[in-house]
Amino acid sequence: MSIDLSQFHQVFFEESHEGLQIMEAGLLDLDCDNPDIDTINAIFRAAHSIKGSSGTFGFTEIAEFTHVLETLLDEVREGKRGLNPDILDLLLQSVDCLSSMLSALQNNEKFDKYQAKELVAKFNEILQSNMVKQVDSDSKKEEVNQPPEVVSNNALTTWNILFVPDLNLLRTGNEPARMLRELAKLGECTIKSDIKKLPEIGSVDPESCYISWSIILTSECDRSVIDEIFEWVIDDCEVIITETAGIFPEGQILKNERLLNQESKSNPALPETPVAQKKIEKPKSQAKENTKAAEATSIRVSIEKIDSLVNLVGELVITQSMLGQLGSEYDIGKVARLQEGLAQLEHNTRELQESVMRIRMLPISFTFSRFPRLVRDLSRQLGKKVEIKLTGEQTELDKTVMERIGDPLVHLVRNALDHGLESPQDRVAAGKPETGVIELKAFHQGGNIIIEITDDGRGLNKEKIRKKAIASGLIADQDHLSDEQVQDLMFQPGFSTADLVTDVSGRGVGMDVVRRNIQELSGSIEVNSREGQGSTFTIRLPLTLAILDGQLVQVGDQTYILPLVSIVESLQPDMKLINHVAGGCDVLRLRNEYIPIIKLFEVFNLKPESEDLADSLLVVVEVGNSKVALVVDELQGQQQVVIKSMETNYKKVEGVSGATILGDGTVSLILDVTDLIQLAGVIHQGKKGLKLISNREYAA
Amino acid sequence: MQNLKDRSDPTDVEILGHDSDAMDQYLTFIMSDEEYGVDILSVQEIRGWESVTLIPNAPPHIKGVINLRGTIVPIIDLRQRFGLAKVEYGPLTVVIVLKVATRKGARVMGIVVDAVSDVYSLSSQDMKSAPDLGDHVNTSYIRGLVNVSNKMVILLDINELLGTDTIPEVSLSTLQEIKESTVNN
Repeated sequence: MSIDLSQFHQVFFEESHEGLQIMEAGLLDLDCDNPDIDTINAIFRAAHSIKGSSGTFGFTEIAEFTHVLETLLDEVREGKRGLNPDILDLLLQSVDCLSSMLSALQNNEKFDKYQAKELVAKFNEILQSNMVKQVDSDSKKEEVNQPPEVVSNNALTTWNILFVPDLNLLRTGNEPARMLRELAKLGECTIKSDIKKLPEIGSVDPESCYISWSIILTSECDRSVIDEIFEWVIDDCEVIITETAGIFPEGQILKNERLLNQESKSNPALPETPVAQKKIEKPKSQAKENTKAAEATSIRVSIEKIDSLVNLVGELVITQSMLGQLGSEYDIGKVARLQEGLAQLEHNTRELQESVMRIRMLPISFTFSRFPRLVRDLSRQLGKKVEIKLTGEQTELDKTVMERIGDPLVHLVRNALDHGLESPQDRVAAGKPETGVIELKAFHQGGNIIIEITDDGRGLNKEKIRKKAIASGLIADQDHLSDEQVQDLMFQPGFSTADLVTDVSGRGVGMDVVRRNIQELSGSIEVNSREGQGSTFTIRLPLTLAILDGQLVQVGDQTYILPLVSIVESLQPDMKLINHVAGGCDVLRLRNEYIPIIKLFEVFNLKPESEDLADSLLVVVEVGNSKVALVVDELQGQQQVVIKSMETNYKKVEGVSGATILGDGTVSLILDVTDLIQLAGVIHQGKKGLKLISNREYAA
Repeated sequence: MQNLKDRSDPTDVEILGHDSDAMDQYLTFIMSDEEYGVDILSVQEIRGWESVTLIPNAPPHIKGVINLRGTIVPIIDLRQRFGLAKVEYGPLTVVIVLKVATRKGARVMGIVVDAVSDVYSLSSQDMKSAPDLGDHVNTSYIRGLVNVSNKMVILLDINELLGTDTIPEVSLSTLQEIKESTVNN
């Protein structure tokens, strides 16, 4: 096997997963009674290309499976067969099955053949008269399991050799005719010469080699023998040796042709031969690299974004050369031009920064697209009628944030469906339309992205939440709580929303996990519910994790950065409101809350401007459910900062989440409030009746 | 430093300028009259001392972090690391930025030293391994000792010295003992 197919596997998997997504979306769109022919065509095309490419790469099982699927789709497409919900279900199941097969192959695991077989049987049942000619699947499987490299030495192998010598081949003392003779000695050899490059007779240089050869060699010999013949010229000539296999000649030829097509397709700018040549030299190491590459995630970036980047870099280069010229012959009269140039540089830099950040941004539809399916399956399971509305799918979001928001969103949507929406009968009884609506909405607001999950179900039962909270000791009987405080209770650990709303036992994954996940992304979640009319969960997330809005605070001679999102308020302390609690902790009374005070200079062992609280400022910050007041000397400006890791060259520093570089070039550390609280050893003394109970305390 | 420039003793190892494959080049620096050497390939650059941003609750020899063209680089005071007397940083105080190989990959760190001295080409034959001083003294961070112009140069293995998170105990007495034992030999 000369061309290492595995290097294309990653592309194959990505394309196939994309194809499956198209199929799934299309299937969900299909209306059984009145199917849209374009949608069916799109589904068919996706299935067809998966079949084609999986065949090319030798994933016979996938190819076989898709073939059956395709047969059915073809009949639907030609109008021979009507659609019904059962067929749709079966098709969706097979999409799932294919997706798990692909994932298993991608991770080099064994996949569940049983499921595929079962589905194939069902398909065949439907197809009945139109039985697909099933090739004996066992023999095919053997073919898959046998790695192509293990072609036995004794078997006759057909080699396709393309030999394009360098023009200077003859000058370097190599004799192509000798090599061809050597090849001919190895076995049956058909040689064709290509004289396309031969110039007019007048301009022929007798010492140049214009001719190239394509050789078909059928021989018992090993690959290494052929390589040896070309050993001296392989560095400056194009030599492509492909095996057209002794065992399955036809299929293999097909494979190689397709492969070459594919290669030229995916790499139109590059000539295909140099790529192939590299492969000849180090097929093994390449294969290793490929397995590594399979683990790395990639990102698809639209050409538009790349083009704008290229333009910006071009502008930057122009500005740079302009400034360079100015600098080499500088005199004081050119100050105005220098300033102009610097302004331009600043402009270029900012735009470039924005464009680069935009590369990491993907439309949220990547996450949203899984919900129609989820809602469809779940609503069937629960016997509810649900319509899902998606808006703002094109809203862009950082890739890392997107990957980590998926699970919390799924949880919220499941909750909305399971506990929020009523059964059709209850809905009709409540005077609502039979079909419930779940709406997912994403939009930008300031530097944040907001995701809203709205259902028009029964809403939260506040009285029930209250009772549950009292029963579990989170609040006291006589406590008066505002609506928001009651709603906030459902994010407490140990609260099962199922218990709360439906008295059906929950799955045990609580809303506290959802909140924690969102907080890890430095976001927040709120719920707003009206009994009988439904609930809205609002998630607020930063657009990116690489940049943070920070408040600069000064402690002693050091400047630290506090994430702006965590700051509730800043105030000058009124000494009357500060109490000293036994055990060494100061507490600030702020309106109705008691907030522990953390002295940053104490925690960080710094010398402050003044140790007297009266001369300092307090910054009240909120993490999770607890608030603390940080003592700082001075508040400085607010600014966006680029987060840099301390761990790259040092290690994790307690109380610090990272570092950044300020405008004057100095390093400033970004404070991690959660860590700080731990560091200060302050565990919030949750006052029952107030909504403050820290997770840690609850766990204890 | 003066006697280094007087390179008359022919028994000394070759000084910079004689390229040989077997030769390794070392950059040496001075700390309280002792000369130390590090493999020159690990040296990224040499900078003057500039003010650092403190790392809260870090050990005293970690002076803080600086911005090296966008990278956050920790600065380690080698004097304090070796338990030598603290000196005020002046305009001649030098930071050597090193690339250190650790288990977690390459890290960039800076060390504060009194002054940079010279570059020597040394072959491994010239190098004498650090004397074994028993279990209580850790000498793993010393690659070897070498004699240049009748002066001992201590070659440090910076990967051992700075590469681990748990920095091994190094003290003045260790160095003193090493010195004494080599003199006795």
